[in-house]
Amino acid sequence: MTATATFEKDRRDRGGPTRPVRHGSMSRDRKRALFWSYFFLILFVIFFLTPPIYMFITSLKSSTEIAGATNPWWVFDPTLANYEALLTSSEFLTFILNSAMVSVLVVSITMVVSVMAAFALSRMRFWGSATLATGIFLCYLIPETLLFIPLFKMFAVVNEFTGIQLLNKWYVLVLVYPTLTVPFCTWIMIGYFASIPKELDEAALIDGATYLQTLTKIFIPVALPGIIAATIFAFTVSWAQFLYPLAFTTSSDQLVLPVGIVTTLIKGDVYNWGQIMTGALIAAAPPLVIYAFLMDYYIAGLTAGATKG
Amino acid sequence: MVDTATKSGAYAGAARPRSSLKRLMQRKSTIAFLLTLPLILIIASLVIYPAFYAVHLATLSKSMTKFVGFGNFTFLFKREVFWMVVQQSCIFAISAVVFKALIGFFVAHFIHAIPTKGQRKWRGMLLVPWVIPPAMSTLAWFWLFDPSYSAINWLLALFGIDPVPFLGNPYWARFSVILVNVWFGAPFFMIMYLAALKSVPEQLYEAAAIDGANWWQRLWYITLPMMRNIISITVMFSLIVTFANFDIVRVLTAGGPIDKTHVFATYAFLLGIQGGDIPLGAAVSLFMVPILGISAIFILRDVTKRGNEA
Repeated sequence: MTATATFEKDRRDRGGPTRPVRHGSMSRDRKRALFWSYFFLILFVIFFLTPPIYMFITSLKSSTEIAGATNPWWVFDPTLANYEALLTSSEFLTFILNSAMVSVLVVSITMVVSVMAAFALSRMRFWGSATLATGIFLCYLIPETLLFIPLFKMFAVVNEFTGIQLLNKWYVLVLVYPTLTVPFCTWIMIGYFASIPKELDEAALIDGATYLQTLTKIFIPVALPGIIAATIFAFTVSWAQFLYPLAFTTSSDQLVLPVGIVTTLIKGDVYNWGQIMTGALIAAAPPLVIYAFLMDYYIAGLTAGATKG
Repeated sequence: MVDTATKSGAYAGAARPRSSLKRLMQRKSTIAFLLTLPLILIIASLVIYPAFYAVHLATLSKSMTKFVGFGNFTFLFKREVFWMVVQQSCIFAISAVVFKALIGFFVAHFIHAIPTKGQRKWRGMLLVPWVIPPAMSTLAWFWLFDPSYSAINWLLALFGIDPVPFLGNPYWARFSVILVNVWFGAPFFMIMYLAALKSVPEQLYEAAAIDGANWWQRLWYITLPMMRNIISITVMFSLIVTFANFDIVRVLTAGGPIDKTHVFATYAFLLGIQGGDIPLGAAVSLFMVPILGISAIFILRDVTKRGNEA
């Protein structure tokens, strides 16, 4: 141990300043930078969190308090009447049920389809596999606003020729949502699968495992974080989707939550804002809860598209 | 040399294993095909086919019995509202993306500047707008902008500012839809930039500090070049999503007042689904294709470049 090191150690033991004094101005700069960072972060947090907080504030108000035009940012007479009204209304419960059924089915279909496809595309090079992978990515970039009109007409034509009623049925959404979720989920699963060392599955194949076994026994367990991220992505997309249900479903017993709230709670010019905000908050709750508990997976799924490639 | 000769001889001699190997290869490609088949079916029948079907639909008359060629397009070109939609879509998409990119960039820097321990908490709070279904959060904005009970105007009144007609005046309405879009999309930029910032090696900054680079120089010569790829991917991706936006405009203004806030998607919905003129609606939505195509080419180029770098 050299002399300076011993000195340094002694000084630390005595609780003295470990940082040389000549950096004083630099640390003052750092402190100022820190102050401004926190200052602006607080400003942006206020901007970003105002709408959800305001939703919550309004959801606790009675219609008389809202009509009274008192301080909108404060609840003088908190009540759970809005929650009670919505959660006992059979119409609203139907929306929740429809949303839940659609999302669960879409997530299941998406994960099966995209895990299988990603496995084939990342490990079995076959004719056209590279083109297919690029094509899948391009499909992710096609927005739903381009496809809803031809799809609407297609479903009408299908009904004409086969008699299968698709429009105005909640299950039509189970049919179309995978077009929004499958491309991206496949894309990020290819990234996760490609990061698994080849030796792992080659060893399994040599030991006589079938392709199905390598997929279920090696790929799925090892790429579990990716699968969770993709599942969250598929769920949030199918839960939040607004255009397709608005275009394809109209009867109130076939609506999903976001469209149900927008079309049935807003009646003409009479807005029952307490109930609308309560409904919006209930519809926002599942993604928010998932996000709160699985934030890292959520963010991994979000950034995977560009950073994994 | 001898070794290889014997080996190749051994392979040549073993004709039977080779043919079974061939069969295995065949089986492998069959399996691969079967595994990708559901994906191909979904994409082909519900993405590729409708995309071409839209082109076909756009050439039909309103009753969809007669072929009218470019009739729907020339009809649109003659309507003033259509040009207003084109203009508003461009204003909406470009200004919203620029502000999202700037806010995202600065917020990412602020988060990166604070101690690592607290970053998670701030990042968690700042991503909330992106997590809430946009149609639902837009309802909250709608209520914040409400003409008679606006909570924002209530705050402005405290400072003696006159109430702002957020959704009643065409120009304020345009401002409002952009504001809500920026609010919704900026967190996505923030999270992408933060991921990019974290991937810049710390040594580069240390070396720059030794060379006496100031804050601007570090930003200009290190941070921006290192993040360039992610910035361009995110901007292009956001341009597509914003250009094709539907939820926010539909819920907040439904295109009004006097059609000033319509974008392609809401206008196509109005004509095609609500107005029942499917060919005209399809024609409107097809106008999104050129800008989407250009953005997609850029994204694809950058993503494959990233793939090669890694």
